[in-house]
This record gives sequence, structure tokens and C-alpha cells, in this order.
Amino acid sequence: MSHLNLTLKVWRQDNATSEGRIETYEAKEIPTSASFLEMIDIVNERLIRDGEEPIHFDHDCREGICGMCSMTINGIPHSKERGITTCQLHMRKFKDGDTIWIEPFRANAFPVVKDLVVDRSAFDRIIAAGGYISVRTGSAPDAHAIPVPKSDADAAFDAAACIGCGACVAACKNASAMLFVSAKASHLNHLPQGEVEKDQRVLNMVRQMDAEGFGNCTNQFECEAVCPKEISAQHIAKLNRDYLAASAREAVAP
Amino acid sequence: MSALTNSLGSFIKSSIGRKIIVAVTGLALVLFLAGHLTGNLLIYAGQEAFDEYAHFLHTFLHGTGVWIARLGLLVCFGAHLWFTILLTRENKAARKGYAHQATVQAPKSSLIMIWSGLTILAFVIFHLLHFTVRTDAELAKIGAESPWKMVIIGFQNPLVSLFYIIAMTLLCSHLAHGVASIFQTLGLRSNRTAGPIRIFAKAYAAVIYFGFISIPLAILFGYGSDAVK
Ligand code: HEM
Ligand code: SF4
Ligand code: FES
Repeated sequence: MSHLNLTLKVWRQDNATSEGRIETYEAKEIPTSASFLEMIDIVNERLIRDGEEPIHFDHDCREGICGMCSMTINGIPHSKERGITTCQLHMRKFKDGDTIWIEPFRANAFPVVKDLVVDRSAFDRIIAAGGYISVRTGSAPDAHAIPVPKSDADAAFDAAACIGCGACVAACKNASAMLFVSAKASHLNHLPQGEVEKDQRVLNMVRQMDAEGFGNCTNQFECEAVCPKEISAQHIAKLNRDYLAASAREAVAP
Repeated sequence: MSALTNSLGSFIKSSIGRKIIVAVTGLALVLFLAGHLTGNLLIYAGQEAFDEYAHFLHTFLHGTGVWIARLGLLVCFGAHLWFTILLTRENKAARKGYAHQATVQAPKSSLIMIWSGLTILAFVIFHLLHFTVRTDAELAKIGAESPWKMVIIGFQNPLVSLFYIIAMTLLCSHLAHGVASIFQTLGLRSNRTAGPIRIFAKAYAAVIYFGFISIPLAILFGYGSDAVK
């Protein structure tokens, strides 16, 4: 098994209010079979042994489904590899002697909590504003009770793959949350169950998005390039269209 | 009524609402450019045809036509300017930069929209003073007699032509991203149409670019010089 010796440039920040800084660490004897998070684990073990504060980072599932492992690697959220989260990135993608810059997801709407850990509860508040359908809970309805055309089901499913990781915001030069919001809105708006509250959903989610201080989309599509679930920016076009229609209907028939 | 004004108010305050205003005013300016270029290319049809066209513009609807167009353009240009500056400032404020910056697929033109836009603004002010208000008394006298001659003499100044060509280069960049953006902002782009839209925007920008710069270039290379001696 081959090993790598790397230099890490890591953003360290003691708490939400303190100034952060880039610190340099040597990552020695890293097996190429390690994942990126395991590489940081190895560095942290050494830091702890040396009595230093380990690098704090978010993680949970380590298999690309929870969306916790927010990290910007060499300027690109989840690294330059397409369609993966940081936890799915392997060290064999790096070369011996590489310098790797590791920074938190940057957006004022995602304040840094500590080191690489950011607070993404702005996303939760956007979901609470409209990312749901109002149905009676209880026994599950029959799967074929409401027929859904295949193309709509596919489109909704593509959007539903969003894991809320926030990479789209972190990659955007404007820290816009349009890809996330459009995926969540599109997921429900494509389905008959979501159709009922569509206008209110779109208006409320977009208003919450604006209130959280995310920037405005300038159609550069950096979001779709870094999205681990490869959500397409065509959902943003749909959100724009739905928002225009919902605003018009609200104006004439509130 | 209050429901209408309320929703209009929140539309104008929302990120998507503002972007839609930018896209619609941008579209109006894009359509204007196509018309403006078509008219300008009449310069090659000779002095008589071009002067007649200029005369037509100024006498259309007993002279009100040109003012209606100017007013419409001013409103579009003003709104475009106001909202793009507002959006750009909000965007700059929305996040701190990375120590290690990188871009995956955003085209260069999309990253300099505010700078290409402000260059267009500077150019438009100069252009209006030069050929519409005609602050140069001598050029104004020639212009009153023949707009065709005014254009030829105007562009025989290499500095004027150089500034014109630089401004058109940035306009071309603005359009390469801007025209494609209109479709996305208005919700008319999908994965299937993304490719054709990108090609259309680049082609449109190229036609506008080469169409406009051909005029100062032709004049610098001697077009019309025998007629204005
Ligand atoms: C002939 C003049 C102009 C034309 C034809 C034009 C056209 C356009 C178009 C079509 C867009 C894309 C709209 C969209 O996002 O969907 C755009 C965006 C933009 N324009 Fe202009 N524009 C002109 C002048 C200006 C000026 C004077 C400025 C000065 C600041 C400017 C600044 C911008 C900016 C910053 C954007 C990006 C906005 C965004 O992506 O959200 N433009 N323009
Ligand atoms: S759209 Fe993609 S990048 Fe954005 S939050 Fe969802 S999964 Fe993450
Ligand atoms: S840790 Fe769950 S997606 Fe990376």
C-alpha cells in the first residue's frame, strides 16, 4: 500500500465571534486507501497526542447521504471530483507532496461555529417555510391511490435527491441558495400531492431564502457543478417560472 | 388594490423579482441593439440612404416617435442599471471569499458582468454626447447637414474608434453571458435547450460585435474618406 506526505492549509477558528486564520499542518504517511475524512482523523490523532486542539469538522454517515461533511477543498466544496461528498473522496486522488487547502463552506448565512463546522440551520428554516405538504398522518395511503405520470415522478425524484449539504451555496460567488431551494420546491411541485400548496410554497420559501441573507443567482451554474447529487440548474429555471406565476396569481387573486 | 401593490412591492424586493426585472430590461436592450445595428449598417448603403434613414427616425410620428423610443430606452437602461448594481452589492455582501479561490465552470464573461456593464454605461454617455447631443460644435454643424458625414469624420479620429472597439468588446462579453441568462431567469431553459441557448447567445454576441466594429474599422481603413475631403 502506498503512502502520501501532504501539506494541509486549514482554516482554524476558535468560535463564532473570533477571527479565523489559516494554519499549516504536515499530514504524514497517509494511506492512499484512506478517505479524506480519515486523513483528517489521522492528523487529528497526532494533534491530540501532541496536546494540540484537533481540527473540528462535521460528519455523520460517511457514505454520502447525510450531507454533513461540509468542507471546501482547494476552493471547491466537496473537492473538484464530480458528484461526491467530501466523505466519498479518496486520498488516491491526490499526489505525494500536494498542498491541500481546507476551508469551511463560506456564506454569511452559514456562520462558522468552529474551524470547519458551519451552522446551516438557515436551510431548516427555508424547509419550515414551505418544504412540506399538508396531509393527514396515520395509515399510509395505497401507493397507487394518486396516479403520477412517470416523467413527473422522475423529475420529482431527481430533485428529491438533494441532501441539503449546502455545497451549492458554498460554491456560488454570491452565496445564493437557489439550487437547494429550487430542488426542494421542484420535488414537491412536480407531484399532485404538492400541487395544492404550490404557489404559497414557492412564495414562502423564496421569501425565507431572501430573509436569511443568501445572495442572488447570476446563472453561473457553479452550484450544479459541485452538487454531490448532480441536481440540475434547470430546477432553478422552474423556480423562477413558478415564482413569477405565483406572484402574478397572488397579485390578482390573493 | 392594496393586494396588488403589496405583491408588486414584495416582487420588487425579492431576489427573483429583481432578477426578472434585470432580464426583461436586458431583453429590451438586446432587441434595441439588433435594431440599432441594422440601421447603422445602412452606412454602407451610402450617404443618401443613411441620411434618409436618420431623417426618417427624427420625423417619425411628427418627431414624437424618437422621443417615445428614447424614453422607453431610458427607463429600461435606468432600471437595468439600478437593479444590477443593487444585486451586485448584495451579492458581494453575502459572503467572504476563500483563501484559495477556484471556479469550476462559470464563464469569464459571467464573472465580469458589472465591469462590462459599467464600461457600456461610460460608453453610452460618451456616445450620446458625441453623436446625439453633439457637444463638438464643428461636428454638430456637419451632423445637421449629413449624419453620414458626421459618422465618417467622427470615426476618423483613432482614439474615438479605439474606445468604441474596446466598449464593443466588453458589450460582446456582456451579451455572451447576458443573452443566455435571459432564458434561465425567465424560466425558459432546460437541460434539453441549454446547449442551443448557449450557442444562440454566443452567435448573437458575435453578430453584434462584428457588425458594430466593422464601421469604425472600415472608416479607419478609408471608407468614405473621399466624400468628406
Ligand atoms: C446595451 C446595454 C446593455 C444590455 C444589452 C445588457 C444586457 C444584459 C442582459 C441580457 C443581462 C442578463 C439578465 C439576466 O440575468 O437574465 C444583463 C445582466 C447584467 N447587466 Fe446588463 N446590459 C446592458 C447594460 C448594462 C449596464 C450599463 C450595466 C451597468 C452596471 C449592466 C450590468 C449588468 C449586470 C451586473 C448583470 C448581471 C446581473 C445578474 O446576473 O444578476 N448592464 N445585462
Ligand atoms: S442542491 Fe446539491 S449541493 Fe445544494 S444542498 Fe442539495 S445536494 Fe447539496
Ligand atoms: S458524512 Fe454524510 S454525506 Fe458525508
